[in-house]
Amino acid sequence: MEAWFSLLVSIFFTVAVYLLLSKFIIRVLLGVAILGNAVNLLIFTGGRLTRAVPPVIAEDADVLTGPAANALPQALILTAIVISFSFFAFLLVLAWRAYDELATDNTDEMRVAEPVNEPAPPLGY
Amino acid sequence: MAASISPPADLSAALVLAPSTASEWLVILPVGWCLAVGALLVMLRRSLGLQPVIAIAGLAGLVLIDGLLLERVAANGPMTMVMGRWLPPFGIAFTVDLTGALFALVAASVALAAGVFSLADINDSGRRYGFYPLLMVLMAGVSGAFLTGDIFNLYVWFEVLLISSFGLLVLGSEREQLDGTVKYGFLNLVATTLFLVATGYLYAVFGTLNMADIARKAESLRDSAPLMTLVGLYVLAFGMKAAAFPVNFWLPASYHTPRVVVSALFAGLLTKVGIYALIRVTVMLFPVEREEMSFVIALAGALTMIVGVLGALAQTDFRRILGYLIVSGIGSILAGVAVGGPGGVGGAIFYALHSMLVMTGLYFASGIAMRLGASASIVTLAGLYRRHVGFAALTLMLCFAVSGLPPFSGFWPKVMLVKAALDIGAWWLAAALLLTGFLTTIVTGRLFLFAYWREAADQSGEAVPVSAASLAPLAVLTLLALLIGLYPDPLLRAIQSAAAGLAEPSAYLNSVFPAGGSQ
Amino acid sequence: MKSIILRTVAPFLTGLMILFSIFVLLRGHNAPGGGFIGGLIAVSALAIYGIAHGVETVRRAIFFHPMAIAGAGLFAATVAGLISIVVRVPFMTGLWIYPSVLGVEIPLSTVMLFDTGVYLVVIGAISSVALSLEERGGA
Repeated sequence: MEAWFSLLVSIFFTVAVYLLLSKFIIRVLLGVAILGNAVNLLIFTGGRLTRAVPPVIAEDADVLTGPAANALPQALILTAIVISFSFFAFLLVLAWRAYDELATDNTDEMRVAEPVNEPAPPLGY
Repeated sequence: MAASISPPADLSAALVLAPSTASEWLVILPVGWCLAVGALLVMLRRSLGLQPVIAIAGLAGLVLIDGLLLERVAANGPMTMVMGRWLPPFGIAFTVDLTGALFALVAASVALAAGVFSLADINDSGRRYGFYPLLMVLMAGVSGAFLTGDIFNLYVWFEVLLISSFGLLVLGSEREQLDGTVKYGFLNLVATTLFLVATGYLYAVFGTLNMADIARKAESLRDSAPLMTLVGLYVLAFGMKAAAFPVNFWLPASYHTPRVVVSALFAGLLTKVGIYALIRVTVMLFPVEREEMSFVIALAGALTMIVGVLGALAQTDFRRILGYLIVSGIGSILAGVAVGGPGGVGGAIFYALHSMLVMTGLYFASGIAMRLGASASIVTLAGLYRRHVGFAALTLMLCFAVSGLPPFSGFWPKVMLVKAALDIGAWWLAAALLLTGFLTTIVTGRLFLFAYWREAADQSGEAVPVSAASLAPLAVLTLLALLIGLYPDPLLRAIQSAAAGLAEPSAYLNSVFPAGGSQ
Repeated sequence: MKSIILRTVAPFLTGLMILFSIFVLLRGHNAPGGGFIGGLIAVSALAIYGIAHGVETVRRAIFFHPMAIAGAGLFAATVAGLISIVVRVPFMTGLWIYPSVLGVEIPLSTVMLFDTGVYLVVIGAISSVALSLEERGGA
């Protein structure tokens, strides 16, 4: 089970890295979204997979009886999802604003902060 | 209260039953305090006049809390507080040792200086946009990162400080800022995601996220688990956050775009959080793997130093020069991490603390220079010495400090690092450190010659008054750098015992697992 | 939005959804639910009202600025953690009191205060985004 999930995670990472290497902001953005999901799946798999036994303690017991699914990765993933979702929202708006203001979504052409052909620093005093 | 739920089982195995003491509360208070003050500021978003007053009072309170915390930790050793009574490793633990307390105190001081400087730099529209709440939330993230004892929690604080840094960076939404923020935002998000990837693997291998628990379990897992892969990922992720050489390009692309006070804050805090996390993970949690990777880290460090300072030589913009100098400083810290031992790690911590104070001061200076000379480029900036002698003197002192010349704070860490590198026979690393110091002197010397010493073309320029609110923080940071340079003994002793505590974390472990490690 | 059906139904729908969001918030301690989900439901209620009657009406209806609501929520959540300093237990420990109102025992806790804080943060932050997007859409 874990082996199949690892394979799935690796596919996610491949797609994410491919998209992140693009010059165009919108593809990079999609890459970031997929990267976030790849990591979530990774943590989920890393916590080991147990099927069909939720970690709920029975009404009349104090502790879990027998092995159950690991609840901690789900808590970690929930945190990571909320964070990556808010970052995605922020970056989406940022990319849109940048496209609006700079009139390009090609990172090669985003040279406002670092202009091309700047004058050389003064060589003599 | 809590006891009204009838205890069905033996609670001492799961809960902290001893009442918590006031000094334990100091561990969590910096974060809680910043969040509370930040929330208050969000609620008072209409009272623009009140906001800076509350924020500066809050930051002064934070300095006080961190000072008390450092005093307690220096006296009693590391302290731990867990969230919601759950015993570690199940509960999230905040554990402070000397390293964390030192970093937290210096970060709070830098933030306070920035808070005062902002009086002259942040106008009403910046306040309406939420500069002060963002500043407080940023400080909550920074304090949390320095104080936490749980690696996933460290990730959460990284994200808290990252999202508030985004907000601070686009304050004003000018075209340059949008450009800088796009690069900063995407690359930093990838870096923290890499951190999360590493943490996911770490959890899969260790089954725990508590740093003390990881430190004591690493020994037994070393033969069976791919710990080198883990540490490699962490080094890449934190190196990217700290702007180390092959992954440093986001920093000089973005740090010169926001408001000056925001640049100054970032220069003092953000890269240093990455460095702190790197030191914590490599030196304390995985010392054996750090030893094996030391050549790679040393090489990255040497290249970061040289590339950074050469970049600074090629720039004309005041703030872009400073951005490259930050990168160069990160290289020196990495060299210390690579060398290891009390000298190397101590030198790295010392250099990081020095760099926090001095780089923030230099960014303040760049802001004042830009206002005095109405330009940011050293091609056109001239005659600042004539405009304001005191300001020029302060800048010159900071230039000496960042170049590592005595009698300023940059001298001692450089001595420690060079000596540590020579002790293990890494002469090339020592040579790189000395060469960087020399080139940095040229960079700052050139900066000073052109912008300050050179006569301005038009002498008629009317005098621009420099407000006390912008000069005072600069003066205080400069005097701190001078004080540390003249009288380094107390700080040096604290740093040495901090480095010793990282190399031999038994006191840290004892503070988290007082019983000696039953779980 | 011109649809008369939506405009008629929206006030009832919004009221019901906000009521439901509070129900979800309160049942969250021992059952599925909680502040985050409750907050999202409340925001969708406000968004529907905004689509039907315009953003200005919503802003008047919630009275406070969304970010101020978020700030109050963050403050409540922080205070919920700090209360435990009084009884000398660690940060964020859940504390319960059981006051009796009209003969009915009502369990109140810092956990609930924290969850309410989360609820307010979500309402404030997301409705501020949603409302400004709706405004820009020219509804």
